[in-house]
Amino acid sequence: MKRWLPLLVFLILAGFLAKGLFLNPREVPSPLIGKAAPAFSLPVVGNAEAAFTPESMRGQVWLLNVWAPWCVACRQEHAFLMQLARSGAPPIVGLNWKDKSREADALLARTGNPYRAVPDDLDGRVGIDYGVTGTPETYLIDRDGIVRLKHVGPIDESAWNKKFEPKLKEIGT
Amino acid sequence: MIPELGNLALILALLLAITQAVLPIWGAQTGNATLMRVARPAAQGQFAFLLLAYACLLHAFVINDFTVVNVARNSFSQLPVVYRVTATWGSHEGSMLMWVLMLAFWTLAVSLFSRRLPEDMVARVIGVMGVISVGFILFLLATSNPFLRIHPAPLDGNDMNPLLQDWGMIIHPPMLYMGYVGFAVAFAFAIAALISGRLDAAWARWSRPWTTVAWAFLTLGIVLGSWWAYRELGWGGWWFWDPTENASFMPWIAGTALIHSLAVTEKRGTFKAWTVLLALSAFSLSLLGTFLVRSGVLSSVHAFATDPSRGAFILGFLVVVIGASLALYAWRAPRMISGGDFTWFSRESLLLANNVVLLAALGSVLLGTLYPLFMDALGLGKISVGPPYFNAVFVPLIAPALFLMGVGPLARWKDASLPDAVTRLKWALAIAVATGLLLPFTLDGFNPWASLGFFLAMWIALSVLVAFRDRLKHAQGPWLERLRRLPRGFWGMQLAHFGLAWGVAGITLVSNYETERDVRMEPGSFTELAGYRFTFVGSEEYEGPNFVAARATIEVTQDGRRAFTLRPEKRIYNASGMPMTEASLHPNFFRDIYVALGEPLDDSHTAWAVRVYHKPFINWLWIGAALLVLGGFLAASDRRYRIAVKPETVPAAAGLKAQGA
Repeated sequence: MKRWLPLLVFLILAGFLAKGLFLNPREVPSPLIGKAAPAFSLPVVGNAEAAFTPESMRGQVWLLNVWAPWCVACRQEHAFLMQLARSGAPPIVGLNWKDKSREADALLARTGNPYRAVPDDLDGRVGIDYGVTGTPETYLIDRDGIVRLKHVGPIDESAWNKKFEPKLKEIGT
Repeated sequence: MIPELGNLALILALLLAITQAVLPIWGAQTGNATLMRVARPAAQGQFAFLLLAYACLLHAFVINDFTVVNVARNSFSQLPVVYRVTATWGSHEGSMLMWVLMLAFWTLAVSLFSRRLPEDMVARVIGVMGVISVGFILFLLATSNPFLRIHPAPLDGNDMNPLLQDWGMIIHPPMLYMGYVGFAVAFAFAIAALISGRLDAAWARWSRPWTTVAWAFLTLGIVLGSWWAYRELGWGGWWFWDPTENASFMPWIAGTALIHSLAVTEKRGTFKAWTVLLALSAFSLSLLGTFLVRSGVLSSVHAFATDPSRGAFILGFLVVVIGASLALYAWRAPRMISGGDFTWFSRESLLLANNVVLLAALGSVLLGTLYPLFMDALGLGKISVGPPYFNAVFVPLIAPALFLMGVGPLARWKDASLPDAVTRLKWALAIAVATGLLLPFTLDGFNPWASLGFFLAMWIALSVLVAFRDRLKHAQGPWLERLRRLPRGFWGMQLAHFGLAWGVAGITLVSNYETERDVRMEPGSFTELAGYRFTFVGSEEYEGPNFVAARATIEVTQDGRRAFTLRPEKRIYNASGMPMTEASLHPNFFRDIYVALGEPLDDSHTAWAVRVYHKPFINWLWIGAALLVLGGFLAASDRRYRIAVKPETVPAAAGLKAQGA
């Protein structure tokens, strides 16, 4: 029996590894889920006079997408966000996170703008309130301003169908 | 056209690999010499086509062919040519192509240096390596093709990850892969021996030089990675117990155990099952490492692109290869009869104890690395396991192995005498204990961890001297002549052990006595650390080939005299916008002075967060590692591996050579 032990240990290990393929280690449960989205007021990119507050989105289900012009993964995600914006899905607000180069406006003008508004979080304070660990990250916020879902990493077709769609159904849009 | 040529070469290499995997093994099983003879040309042809494929990829990178997705994602028109060359293995696809190229290179080496081996053994070894190659070329073609085109082509590339734009990274991955993949040879030898049922001393002898060379490359690769992290990440650390590091460290531990176990199997014909299992494990852990790094099941500071289909493919392949080899092991285990008795105190028993300790240490690293995955898979929550766990568990586990290293090489095979060993080592022990106890008092007061480290380093180093004295005492002739006549195997082992002692001393000193300071600095301000005064002169901006950087000038004085100037940088890379810290070091034999530039603290970029480190004796770590690598290569070049031995005449237990290295 002893001689089969290495194989047995390996197969158990392989079982765990297989399970691991379907888990996302980067995704740490956010303490914000089920709580009110932290309030803030930030100037909007391209229009320094205007300010954006989450309060202004009350009564709507919306997405807060944390991105930055320097983030490569955000550029990958951009095409899908454009598609979402055209499809009439929930409005997307793009929190421009720690954009020191001040390129967001020009970049969006060049590649297309999927966002309803682009609040400018230059020093990253709002990012800290939301527990942003990296870009891109996306929060789904309901009509009462409660955070319902947090997604780490770029959103693609499968992430949208698997995570966002069921949550949106549950909220009832 | 050239990328398509590369793709075609890859497909032809696959066809040859399939031929190489099927026909020679079939021939060996049926005794068909014609089929067995296919092994060498198939392996050589496969290598030629993979080399051609690699050259095509290299060409695409060098000429900035952004119609190739891989080039567009990982290169950039402003990237200096040397980094465009290294970008070929900086990407996932390119690095996997390098993986199979290395495997083909090792197979080529086996096909060239195996003339003295029985034909069926060669056929099986090359065949097994062909099976592995088939799996990985299929993986490339199915999930990670480096030659895919993109339409329309982007105007410019996304740039290579700036972290990799460092010359430590130029050679780290090839060396690491040489080691990883090199264990495939020992693996193939073990499988061939299991299939044929000939698990004799000859098999162990053939495996030894290959294993040692692979181990030396792996050591070099790991150390280069560590050295790169030390200089490039700007945190001043050299080992983070990151999953990716552990992924390379686990096969290294298994390989270390294998080298020692092979020695026993060759000399004494014992531990056969154990040695075979280690040979299977070392390569299996290399495959596991490839899986962990490439599948993204563990989160790591190394942000590799991850894709579940890739992970699923490697895992499937892992299950087939490792599962089949362990099943073969279980099936053949009853045939492995170990010869050669030994008593509780002999070189065999000491090596066995050492192996058990190494494996326990390996287990602790494996557990710590995969624990977050286990917890997550069982729905028990998200946790991360960090350096505190590894330092608390690994250090006490490895310490006995280091102690045994001092005794093992001096003990006789079969039956050693404990009183004799005590007589020979009592002075070494006394000096080592005294060093361990007293040295910390001259530095910073009593410190048990420092004591343990100093004791072990001194103990191993002195045991090396004792071993030389014992070997030279009874030899004839002048001293230099006696030294020259010692076999390279002996030199290699002692050099590696001495290097490890040196490294342990360095690790002990740097981890217990390093100091650092985090300060805000602006022109004219200064800080003091370890007897040095650091004066911030100012900072300036300059443009590199593919980045803009802020470079600070820091004058360092000692006792009022100007000592040297450090110029740490903070770079922003043009294509990715990624910020990078370029630390500035002033190394010498006794310490490194290390300065890293943090964030600017005001809008005009005149005040900066600056981290200053004093790293005592850190270079001993690199020196020790270099000796370890050198020792490995030296041992593998021993004359006895090159002289012709008819396998039939080698007795299973070569008891006559009981005094060998």
